[in-house]
Amino acid sequence: MSLMEDLRYGVEDLLRTERLPHVWCPGCGIGITLNAFLRAVLRRKIDPNKLVVVSGIGCTGRAAGYVNVDSFHTTHGRAIPFAIGIKFARPELTVVVFSGDGDLFAIGGNHFVNAARRNHSILVIAVNNFTYGMTGGQHGPTTPTGAYTTTTPYGNPDRPFNIPHLAISLGAPYVARWTTYHVNQLQNSIYKALGMKGFRLIEVISQCPTVYGRRNSMRTPLSMMEYFEKNSIVKNDASFEEMELKYNEKIVVGEFRVAKDIPTYEERYDEVIRRAKNAD
Amino acid sequence: MRIEIKFGGLGGQGIITMGFIFANAAAIYDGKECVFTQDYSAEARGGASTSEVIISDEKIDYPHVTKADYLVVMSQSAYRDYIDKLRNNGVLIIDSDMVKIEEEEKRKVYGIPATKIAENLGNTIVANIVMLGFFTGITKMLKKESVMNAIRDRVPKKFWDLNEKAFNRGYSHAMHME
Amino acid sequence: MKSGYYFWSGDIAAAEGAIAAGCRFYAGYPITPSSEIAERMALRLPQIGGKFIQMEDEIGSIAAIIGASWTGERAMTATSGPGISLMNENIGLAIMMEAPIVVVNAMRGDPSTGLPTLIGQGDLMQARYGSHGSYEIIVLYPNSIQETFDLMMDAFNMAEKYRVPVMYLIDALLAHMFERVYVPPEEEIERKIIRRKVPNKVPSRPFEPDDDLVPPMPLIGQGHKIHATGLTHDERGYPNLTPKAQEKLVRRLNEKIIKHEREIWKVEEYKTEDADKIIVSFGGESRAVRNAVNSARKNGKKVGMLRLITLWPFPHEFIKKYTADFYVAELNYGQMYHKVREYADGNNVKLIAKMGGEIHTPNEILKEIGGV
Repeated sequence: MSLMEDLRYGVEDLLRTERLPHVWCPGCGIGITLNAFLRAVLRRKIDPNKLVVVSGIGCTGRAAGYVNVDSFHTTHGRAIPFAIGIKFARPELTVVVFSGDGDLFAIGGNHFVNAARRNHSILVIAVNNFTYGMTGGQHGPTTPTGAYTTTTPYGNPDRPFNIPHLAISLGAPYVARWTTYHVNQLQNSIYKALGMKGFRLIEVISQCPTVYGRRNSMRTPLSMMEYFEKNSIVKNDASFEEMELKYNEKIVVGEFRVAKDIPTYEERYDEVIRRAKNAD
Repeated sequence: MRIEIKFGGLGGQGIITMGFIFANAAAIYDGKECVFTQDYSAEARGGASTSEVIISDEKIDYPHVTKADYLVVMSQSAYRDYIDKLRNNGVLIIDSDMVKIEEEEKRKVYGIPATKIAENLGNTIVANIVMLGFFTGITKMLKKESVMNAIRDRVPKKFWDLNEKAFNRGYSHAMHME
Repeated sequence: MKSGYYFWSGDIAAAEGAIAAGCRFYAGYPITPSSEIAERMALRLPQIGGKFIQMEDEIGSIAAIIGASWTGERAMTATSGPGISLMNENIGLAIMMEAPIVVVNAMRGDPSTGLPTLIGQGDLMQARYGSHGSYEIIVLYPNSIQETFDLMMDAFNMAEKYRVPVMYLIDALLAHMFERVYVPPEEEIERKIIRRKVPNKVPSRPFEPDDDLVPPMPLIGQGHKIHATGLTHDERGYPNLTPKAQEKLVRRLNEKIIKHEREIWKVEEYKTEDADKIIVSFGGESRAVRNAVNSARKNGKKVGMLRLITLWPFPHEFIKKYTADFYVAELNYGQMYHKVREYADGNNVKLIAKMGGEIHTPNEILKEIGGV
């Protein structure tokens, strides 16, 4: 069998196939992202019994329900602190947060900021589809200024997060952005991140034709993918301005930060334990 | 027998510490039933500091002072604030340099220049421990050694000598009152 | 902690009691008057290989301990009313995921920021009904520093046994008050620990209950391929968004507690046997009531105290069994008063209310029950 076939069959083992079909719309990008993640897990040869996936609420939040490993579908915004509880209690586990932009950066923003600052050793795969899909397409913390959503009928007055820059500013040792068009780069990026430690963030720009694309002249999954294809530029040393996402403009993708040997929270706490035990 | 003690003074005088050490001595080293509380709101009002100790041979239910058997005050404001809390046959114990009795006082009053004694020992920070020694000596409620043990529990080792001196000064001052 | 006598505050005793009861994971956010619990845990847990983390808020704190609970840790957080308001979201998650956790609420004057350093008892209904939805929860409330230490064992054991969050109420009076605590020898404490049931096969059905209506709980990292969700789910843990699944799951979540309520109930019946007046009380306030009862008895009045140690599930049989005038002394405008009325069965029930900041004086209680 070819590597591709190996990966395909292997991926099925990592899915709760009895739960399929999934809830995601035809053409949704979350499945592509999940596939890339699972293939990266296979290539890393991570023991599925030592892998934990934690999601919050929303379309992406349903991912935890389909992966055939210990998986938790938590409350809105709370995937990261829930995952921290697991990782801190059992540092030997690989803990991945797989959730959406609204979940991670709006309602869960404070947890994201502080977890990255403390450098917990978790991988965060953040699917950014520019909108709240599950609730019908309201604007979120990543919706580009000017975009049309059900709660920005006159165009979005908000400015969106510059997510990679935010993560870098917090000291996250691995920060990357890809789109669902870049399946191989995305998979390689996840593969690489799984081999690192510390707080790792991968932002995945993903299409939501159902509630976002159709209000922003990209009615079909294909038209959104074409937008990603035509407008993406790979630039690893992108500046703040270049990382910013503007309505229907360029999308700068790449590996924006790769820093090794930054002590994680869990490692620093080992030192706390050592000191406490030697205290008296 | 339920004995109610109220300590009062200014923030920084170690009023809470004084109460805590006495209570700890009663509970741990003299095996008595004992409750220690401190009034956080007083502290928040700015300046004032107070703590309460209830000591008994039986299980203590109500944990607050209703009518104090002993009132120990190290500032004029504490004297004014709490003098009404002292029961009719209660005992008033004061830092004689810090507190002036303002009204005719029929109850027993014992005074010690605790702050001045501490100053002579080289550090006013132990004024509360001088007062504690004095209080221990006047009341004879607890064994002297019990209170000393409780001081050692609370104070870093390098300050044990100073604190022991302070405590003994206060204690012998009480002995000379009789 | 070495066996012996210690002079501890309620906060220290709560932390030490939790450690004695096997707690090795604490996540929290500082808030008066519970902060000393966090401080004690930060000092003590790493000494014994446990984990302490100060999170960014109370929401993160409770999420972290639910995660840790799934790894098998006996996990706790502590806060005060404002923090409980934030935690209530994930109290519901712990209910739905059946994750054993202990949540301490050191109650202060309320509502809102209220009286941070002073006692309140306004969170009794919040403790029971704070998270949205129809559920049962266990709420315990000691009234001395010794009991604050001892009762922690019950809190953790009940949480693990019934796979339910246990709310551990103390109050600002107990939190900061010092009393002597006896710590028994380690072996004696160890014997009291009830470990959670774990499944005997892999993979398991994490929500398939035994006869006691409680499912054995698989642990992360052992090949169970656990799926747990806040959504209504089947016994495999998979979302099942139907009225039928809802009926089955939510009914069981309630019944698993109600079925065991007699085991969960803890009360102190103090001089109630012949009493014609019974004062219902709990926590710091009950110490004034006990004093008042003793004064009344000295004057030949038949007054007793029913002290609720278990507040929820409400120990209704201890109300039903008496024929007496009931008084409910609490530091709020009437909360448990309404529960007592519900079961008083024709007996008079009178509220002795104070809005908080301090407990009643014994004289105030005596006046309310008709004087001595």
